[in-house]
Amino acid sequence: MNTPLLSAKDLTVQFRTPKGPITAVNGIDLTLERGEVLGIIGESGSGKSVTMRALLRILPEAKTEIAGDLKLDGKDVLSLKGHDLAAYRGGDVSMVFQEPATALDPVFTIGTQISETVRRHRKVSRKDAQARALEMLELVRIPSPASRLGNYPHEMSGGMRQRAMIALALAAGPKLLLADEPTTALDATVQIQVILLLRELQREMGMATIFVTHDVGVAAEISDRIAVMYAGRIVETGTAAEVLKNPKHPYTQGLLSSTVQGAVPGTPIKAIPGMPPDLAQMPPGCAFAPRCPLATSACQAAVPDLRAQGGERRVACVRLEEIA
Amino acid sequence: MLGYILKRLLYAVPVTLAVSIICFSLVQLAPGDPLTVVLPADASQEIVDQTRARYGLDKPLPTQYLLWLSNVLQGDLGTSIASGRSVSSEIGHAIGYTLSVAVLACLLALVAGLALGLVAGYTMGSPMDKIASATAISGVSVPHYWLGIVLVVFFSVKLGWFPAMGAGRSGQSLGDALSFMILPVLTMAAMPAGIITRSVRALVAEKLGQEFVTALRAKGMTSPHIFAHVVKNAAPTALAVIGVQMGYLMAGSILVETVFAWPGTGLLLNNAILTRDIPLLQGTILVLALIFVALNLIVDILQPLFDPRIQRA
Repeated sequence: MNTPLLSAKDLTVQFRTPKGPITAVNGIDLTLERGEVLGIIGESGSGKSVTMRALLRILPEAKTEIAGDLKLDGKDVLSLKGHDLAAYRGGDVSMVFQEPATALDPVFTIGTQISETVRRHRKVSRKDAQARALEMLELVRIPSPASRLGNYPHEMSGGMRQRAMIALALAAGPKLLLADEPTTALDATVQIQVILLLRELQREMGMATIFVTHDVGVAAEISDRIAVMYAGRIVETGTAAEVLKNPKHPYTQGLLSSTVQGAVPGTPIKAIPGMPPDLAQMPPGCAFAPRCPLATSACQAAVPDLRAQGGERRVACVRLEEIA
Repeated sequence: MLGYILKRLLYAVPVTLAVSIICFSLVQLAPGDPLTVVLPADASQEIVDQTRARYGLDKPLPTQYLLWLSNVLQGDLGTSIASGRSVSSEIGHAIGYTLSVAVLACLLALVAGLALGLVAGYTMGSPMDKIASATAISGVSVPHYWLGIVLVVFFSVKLGWFPAMGAGRSGQSLGDALSFMILPVLTMAAMPAGIITRSVRALVAEKLGQEFVTALRAKGMTSPHIFAHVVKNAAPTALAVIGVQMGYLMAGSILVETVFAWPGTGLLLNNAILTRDIPLLQGTILVLALIFVALNLIVDILQPLFDPRIQRA
């Protein structure tokens, strides 16, 4: 069997703060095959974005400690330094940010921003890089791409900016694309267009993709597999169909029934009571136990392991057998 | 771009007019009668009235202003009451001295301020930043006339390296001319250098914290590239700060020029105030204010070269 494109084992991210370390990502395992799409869902603060930034190694080094084992295509990502690291970022793996309005440099044209990325990763002339930038804008279906090359970000609409951001992320032909809530900042109608575009490009270009979202509908639309994160840990993972049709972890069940799609018409949407735990003061056992309607004393004893449930499915709940 | 420049030029017109009105009226508000300086204390009322009429000081203020303005527009700033020479020749003589120290002080403040500010902004919180920031705060908070006197005591009196005052003789060598400028230039550059350091430090730190810098790292850009992006983003605000500081320097410093007996516009103003020489005072303030307006105009025109959003606004 082939080695997976991405494999993360026991990946842990800690932030050093004046009040002591905060564990934002707590020993997660991830594997991704070539061309596969993984959706990571969870609430704000569950560690989704931090995981993505750790994968790309763009967390501020002075304040962060990344531990565990992280390999992309055989490359040991956590030991990369200097030019190898710069070549990895944007070359092997690239990212579409949540807010294109702030992630694009406001005082450079879109064309310059794409072509400088191309020139950073490929030995091509300025002219060829411009040609590649034009090709990328065509690829993301921006109307009149040639004139858009000379536009500044503020001269574009939100949806157009996000298309430009996608063009930029794909310009150097990465093996893995990280999309960090790429549609959250967009209007609902534009969201759908951008999701469809990403799915199409992903199939055309065949790169593996990790898609982070708190929108279950979006995750269902685009993912092959889904991982549900809560308080820095993965609590449930499996194929998209399994997880969304038959959620086993009480948190996943809560997350699904708290969405508009999951609600039964005529009944109120069921919100999960309480708040996610403070990462600086994690409860001793299952982090979801304080909010879980099914929690018992066993839940507080130890952090539950992710247990295999056949196939791709793994769930971290001690009461799994009783409640299923 | 051309439309933008024309618009900025048009905006400068009312500003300039307002400046001329303020120049004219402020001087009128000051107590004291200029005639007491030119006339003997026992002059008869008849002579006082004649002299008053000769300088046009007997007419109502608005008329005086319009007369003055129409003369100014024709390039005539009037005649100095104290010296009897034309105000424009007095200013023309002094402004060369002021500009020579001001330009050097600007360059020094700019180089020092940018260097310290960039280092401090890039290394926020480090010992380097603390040293740069402490230097900047000393530059801003030390009174510059006091700094001037300390420099004179140390470098002129104790070490005898540089002359203590004046601008030297005409026809001296460039080296000699420069030796007279060094202490005034150092004194004048201290405050703007400090202010530029503080502003650039804050700007660089702010830009470095923005998402687009993370995105630049995410696409594999290395430090020199990111530096170029940060500089271009910080440039418009930095330009505005630098423009204002240059304006202050060009407008001369009454205190510094007085400490060093430097024959520039500052000293001219000082003497004009002491002798109640109203035409000289008005003319000098007007010229300095116009230089200030012109510098800000240049900043306005340069800013959109760095940030296209400014032209739109």
